[in-house]
Amino acid sequence: MGEAIAFYFIAACILGFAVLVISTKDTVHSVLFLVLDFLFVAALYVLLGAAFLAAIQILVYAGGIVVLYLFVVMLVNLKRPPEAHSDPHRQTRLGFGMAAAVIVELGAVALYSTGKPVVPLASAATAAIPVSGNTEQVGWLLYTSYLIPFEIASMLLLVAMIGAIVLAKREL
Amino acid sequence: MVDTLVIPILKILIVLNATLVAVTYMVLLERKVIAWAQSRLGPMRVGPYGILQPVADAVKLMIKEDITPTRADKWVFTAAPIISMVPALIVYAVIPFGPEVNLFGRRVTLFITDVNVGLLYIVSVASVGVYGIILAGYASNSKFPLLASLRASAQLISYEVAVTLTLVSVILMAGSLSMVSIVRAQESSHLWYAFVQPLAFGIFVIGSLAETNRAPFDMPEAEQELTGGFHTEYSGMRFALFFLAEYANMIVVSSVATTLFLGGWLRPFPSVAMLSVLDVVPSWTWFLIKSFLFLYFFIWIRATLPIANLVVTGIVKVVLL
Repeated sequence: MGEAIAFYFIAACILGFAVLVISTKDTVHSVLFLVLDFLFVAALYVLLGAAFLAAIQILVYAGGIVVLYLFVVMLVNLKRPPEAHSDPHRQTRLGFGMAAAVIVELGAVALYSTGKPVVPLASAATAAIPVSGNTEQVGWLLYTSYLIPFEIASMLLLVAMIGAIVLAKREL
Repeated sequence: MVDTLVIPILKILIVLNATLVAVTYMVLLERKVIAWAQSRLGPMRVGPYGILQPVADAVKLMIKEDITPTRADKWVFTAAPIISMVPALIVYAVIPFGPEVNLFGRRVTLFITDVNVGLLYIVSVASVGVYGIILAGYASNSKFPLLASLRASAQLISYEVAVTLTLVSVILMAGSLSMVSIVRAQESSHLWYAFVQPLAFGIFVIGSLAETNRAPFDMPEAEQELTGGFHTEYSGMRFALFFLAEYANMIVVSSVATTLFLGGWLRPFPSVAMLSVLDVVPSWTWFLIKSFLFLYFFIWIRATLPIANLVVTGIVKVVLL
């Protein structure tokens, strides 16, 4: 009961702040609502018992990436009014198109998953893990079942990092 | 009922109040120590040897006029001091002041909670504190605070990397992210991690000076160039919140350093049986003594070293190029 109330409260906050992120005129306010949104997502992880993921969510998204967003927003002059476009309804049409695409996608996922039996993923995964503690379990899974995706992701990050350095520093 | 509700709430109240009192007296201690270092007396008027000076300061800051600049971003301007104060206070939830003790016939743990990801929690909450500084500079709608806040946040973000990497060495030694487990690991290995990882300890100390914007890394508060820093436009209680947050952060980093590198609540030489007479001193006293020495070291550095703007950049250039 209490968990359900907490979940619906957090979910409502996440959706509400997400709407505020795209509806606020001031870009800095929009970034701030994004931070609040990430904090509530972290709260959702805590509710699910994924404390490690919650801490990483705050550290990486709220504490790292959005700070860079804020830097960019503050350094780029956004006080200038937006240029008038010849077709004022272009954004509306684009928005409806995107929304329709998302709804079709969600519907396809729902249709696909209705026929399948429910697999208790979490319990199946934790049954084989010989360590206790949230952090240890995440580490165990990353280095056993998900080793190859993990390594590929780290390679991707390394390539992105080298690319950023090459782009930013003309002469090495 | 008592164990699940009353005791945790009491612990939270005690820790919060003790922290706020410690923060105000930290300010007095700093003024006194710097005064002694410069052959002055420091605050002497309020109370004997000025010990009631923090009370006078608090009253003064509370009754001062609270000004919001007309062109400021009102909501963000109000939120910024709160954003920098709250992370500095909620970090204390996972700091272990001592082990389990008997108190009035009950087993009471001397920490509010011990979560599995304690150290990660501290790092992530501290990283949210950066917003207070950036937003204060932005919302003031004034040139110098904006420049100062960019400077401060650039410094915080860059030193955060170094400090977090030193924490990794401790996590590897202890095999856990929980603050209590890290102290227990130091107890069972009979060594404080400051002696096992001296390099990490050194980098942590230097990095934490920078993280708390303390001298010799107090470029963000350069009076000469930036008319004061990111809180130039703030007055009254809102300015006080920034000020208190800075000192609360100092206490946080010294508590973290004590827990990770100096054995937390353990007495000196915890495995030497000859010194077991030291056990009469309660464990939390050792924690407070070590943290105090660390804080004193911070003040000492400020009284001794000049702003090392050029010195630090010079060293960095020599090392890197």
